[in-house]
Amino acid sequence: MSATQNQEIAIVGAGMTAWSKLGKNFVEYGVAAAREALEDAGVPWQDVGFVSGGATIRNGYPGYVAGASIAQALGWQGAEVNTSYAACASGSQALAAARTKILAGQCDVALVVGADTTPKGFLAPAKGYRPEDPDWVRFYLGVTNPTYFGLYARRRMDVYGDTLEDFAAVKVKNAAIGSLNPRARYKKTFTAEDVAASAMVADPLRLMDICATSDGGAALIVCSLDYAKKLGKADAPRVAAISTVTPSFASSVVEMPDIATDSAAAAGVDAIAYRGQIPLKAYEEAGIGPKDIDLAEVYDLSTALELDWIEDLQLCGRGEAATLLRNGDTSVGGSIPVNASGGLACFGEAVPAQALAQICELTWQLRGEAGLRQVAGAKVGITANQGLFGHGSSVIVKR
Amino acid sequence: MSDKPLVPAIEGWYTMNTDKPHLIGSCCTACGTYFFPSLATYCKNPDCDNTEFKEVELSRTGTIWSYTNACYQPPEPFVAPEPFEPYAIAAVQLEQEQMVVLGQVAKGFSVEDLKVGMAMELVLEVLHEDEEESKVTWKWKPVSAEGVSA
Repeated sequence: MSATQNQEIAIVGAGMTAWSKLGKNFVEYGVAAAREALEDAGVPWQDVGFVSGGATIRNGYPGYVAGASIAQALGWQGAEVNTSYAACASGSQALAAARTKILAGQCDVALVVGADTTPKGFLAPAKGYRPEDPDWVRFYLGVTNPTYFGLYARRRMDVYGDTLEDFAAVKVKNAAIGSLNPRARYKKTFTAEDVAASAMVADPLRLMDICATSDGGAALIVCSLDYAKKLGKADAPRVAAISTVTPSFASSVVEMPDIATDSAAAAGVDAIAYRGQIPLKAYEEAGIGPKDIDLAEVYDLSTALELDWIEDLQLCGRGEAATLLRNGDTSVGGSIPVNASGGLACFGEAVPAQALAQICELTWQLRGEAGLRQVAGAKVGITANQGLFGHGSSVIVKR
Repeated sequence: MSDKPLVPAIEGWYTMNTDKPHLIGSCCTACGTYFFPSLATYCKNPDCDNTEFKEVELSRTGTIWSYTNACYQPPEPFVAPEPFEPYAIAAVQLEQEQMVVLGQVAKGFSVEDLKVGMAMELVLEVLHEDEEESKVTWKWKPVSAEGVSA
């Protein structure tokens, strides 16, 4: 066994609700996803030794201890429990906790689960006069999440020559493939004209360029390679890397929720901006490079951001993502399909579930079970996401 | 315009001289890194462990890194006028401090008036009013043809 193989765990089960805005208790979504994952794995609930949940911060105390809330709903059976909160990377942090437990020999099989019920509209900060909270400051001054996406998109147009048509083409691509995904919340296909006719939100981004917030639950059953062998699933997809690195000082890109960047006056600007650092660690840990990747699930909070991520994953050179898109390379059937699930464009963001939903999609793709969305011969996939306060993650799954 | 007294929307973040306002930041006395909002505890440069800072007025001019606008009313704590009026937002790069600071763009300017690289200066404008006071914030404004003194 090589050193990298020693660090791998198997994904023997994946489960996921359809994304929606039904407003049910988040625990219901978590339980549904967990039960599907358990059934998929052929693992009895009683055999799970560790439950690792992604927290939701919009559902009161049960959400802060989501791992326990979902374990209780499945029926207390004495498993150890963990809950991780890391904004959009919550699911990856929960997976990392399970991996550590398994690789340390402290449990054979773990349930990793995230679920959310989100309010309508903008995600708002806690109330009061709280200038010490950058999230409060930026909302008070009128800076919302789409503000940052708009700034990044405009920057792409100015620096790389991306066009509004390119951004619309991302939506058209993701809507087309997502329409074939039974778990997607939005299954309608759109044309470039539809995108152009939607309301402007944060120039140059329109309503159809920006993802919604959704309800949903996703779950994985992960285990040691020995346990997978005993289950008769020795060839199950494996987690080859989990990167949850923080940014490096001084960051030159203004990130949510900050009102200003770091000052590079003394330290100099970081050589690689934060989004680019996240997958670097994943590639290093997996011992592979961008050329080995067959498909990617990236955080298309906006259409333009999908293009940023493609470059951050080094699937092409800086500024070249729109060319890949125009050539059809990032579509299913192209050389490097991106968001074969339909992405956030078709799902909307269910924060603690979303990083796990990305891994569910890779799991099904690597097993050849993605139906009409199937990426032919997919062996290695990568995820990428980023949220507030220096939280981001990238996970590599291979078979 | 109301004649309510002008008070800062966020206390201590900018000078209140309406003619040539500055953002108030801090500068690490050991490594020279600037901070906005002001920092007085522990330097965020990982290579520096200093705890001494001097208060500084940041450059009041810079160039546009990128820009956008807000076409929808933000949630609280934003206080929106009735009816809501869209506004532009600019991310402005300060050369000496080597940092980018966000802010609304002054009233009367829209994204059509902006370009990456354009020179901008800091101004003060009313963010919102309550029953007794007009709450003032910083905004970015394109430098006028006659120029501006730093």
